[in-house]
Amino acid sequence: MASRTPGPFVQGGAPAARTGGTYVRRGLVIAYLFFLVAWPVALVVQHTFAGGLTNLQTALSDPIVTHALRLTVYVAVWAVAINTVFGVGISLLLVRYTFPGRRVLSALIDLPLSVSPVVVGLALLLAYGSTNGFFGPVLRGAGLQIIFATPGIIMATAFVSLPLVIREIVPVLQEIGTEQEQAARSLGAGPWQSFWRITLPSIRWALAYGVVLSLARALGEFGAVKIVSGNLIDQTQTATLVVEQKYQDFEQGSAYATSFLLALIAVAALVVVTIIRPRESPDGN
Amino acid sequence: MTTTTITWPGATRTRRPRAATSLTRSSGLGLGIALTWFSLLVLIPLCLIIVQAGKGGWGIYADTLSNPQTAAALRLTVGQALLVTAVNVVFGTLIAWVLVRDDFPGKRFLEVIIDIPFALPTIVAGLVLLSLYGPMSPLGINVANTEWSVFLALLFVTLPFVVRTVQPVLLELEPDVEEAAASLGASRYTTFRRITLPSLAPAIAAGAALSFARGISEYGSLVLLSGNLPLKTEVASVRMLTYIENGNEAAAAAVASLLLIVALLAIVILDIVSRAVARRG
Repeated sequence: MASRTPGPFVQGGAPAARTGGTYVRRGLVIAYLFFLVAWPVALVVQHTFAGGLTNLQTALSDPIVTHALRLTVYVAVWAVAINTVFGVGISLLLVRYTFPGRRVLSALIDLPLSVSPVVVGLALLLAYGSTNGFFGPVLRGAGLQIIFATPGIIMATAFVSLPLVIREIVPVLQEIGTEQEQAARSLGAGPWQSFWRITLPSIRWALAYGVVLSLARALGEFGAVKIVSGNLIDQTQTATLVVEQKYQDFEQGSAYATSFLLALIAVAALVVVTIIRPRESPDGN
Repeated sequence: MTTTTITWPGATRTRRPRAATSLTRSSGLGLGIALTWFSLLVLIPLCLIIVQAGKGGWGIYADTLSNPQTAAALRLTVGQALLVTAVNVVFGTLIAWVLVRDDFPGKRFLEVIIDIPFALPTIVAGLVLLSLYGPMSPLGINVANTEWSVFLALLFVTLPFVVRTVQPVLLELEPDVEEAAASLGASRYTTFRRITLPSLAPAIAAGAALSFARGISEYGSLVLLSGNLPLKTEVASVRMLTYIENGNEAAAAAVASLLLIVALLAIVILDIVSRAVARRG
């Protein structure tokens, strides 16, 4: 910092000259992350493979586990698809258009991130519960069941992961401006054509990162899903609910194996996007 | 909320440098569809919590708060969330500092480690912590079913917030100003306190607010780790779930709205503090 040798300015701050403090800080940070995250995560991987592949084989031959995994993937794909379409649409509206209440809307979009999963479950229960929910009578009349069924699980999952795509692409949309889109329009491109050819390619990395974060969040949702799903084995029990049940039933091998699979998908997706995303130009230019 | 409602009329008045246009017919339709979905999914259900809590009047709050088990759960939740946020302010800033200003082999590995608590399902996070700090701990440290388990779980799930909000600001911060301060005779500590910290304060506060909000609302990672012992390790979310399972939705809504108020208060206080720090520099 203070004693950095003068040289060409490097954005992001060139590494400072090494002093005692540098090593102390580095050591503290590495130790903190090692004891809080790295070692515990490594232990779960170790427990999963403690007896070779037996834990994974036992878990994957258990119909309860496979059903739950299939349901989780189905729900996550739906929730992420809904959030991607909604997220891209609302981000374009928030950045490219002015309308009354735009700022209120952009503040409210972040709300799901600071709400407890249990509160999310309670809110959906109060709105869509078939006996005492606000829309209950209407839904019963139409023969639709949302709570204790797959639609409710998809809604809870979509709720908790709603802002993730928007938070990633709004800054990029603001950054790239509208010149290229206007040029495309003036050359005769329709709105769809300019979206597919100009806008989408420039936001693709931010969108990919947002989708991966949503996917990780969607696969792992627990509290909200526990309330709205009813946790019915072989019907509405998702993978995270299976982990809880297996652990409490002392089938820890299965619990570790299912956890490992969930964590593997989430962390692998994250690592892949971190690696393939261009470092210096997050907007893909 | 109040600040945003005061400022939003300005959005239609001021001309922005980027060309924002008013709604066309098709974009208006799109906005209509998006708002309907957002209302059905988020706004109406959340408003119904306030309505449900309001139905019972003040009586329901008095009843809920005078229940010793609920009061203990709220105290534990808010206390541990405050403690964890304080640790995150210090260590989060330190981690962001090391990731931006230091360079060593394996730094990208640390970047991935920071994101793991966010990507990991919360129930798995609980299991992960149990493996090192549970009954079968290779370190011989067993925090399961104690108050420390709540602290540890919250520390794990809130790790990325301060780091990820401070890091981009630190990247943008030009070292020239710090060098100028140092060349004028300021000590390292003075430079950090007078130059660096005021520029980082808003980001630290934003990260702290996120981490506190996440802390008071955490549920999944505590299920396996804390044992949910009443009066000891039971947090507000678990208490709410018990109310919901017993069909007492009014009491659950009362606790939920209290947590919402605490989260809003924290955001306002942190905003004031960060402005004060930014001014002093």
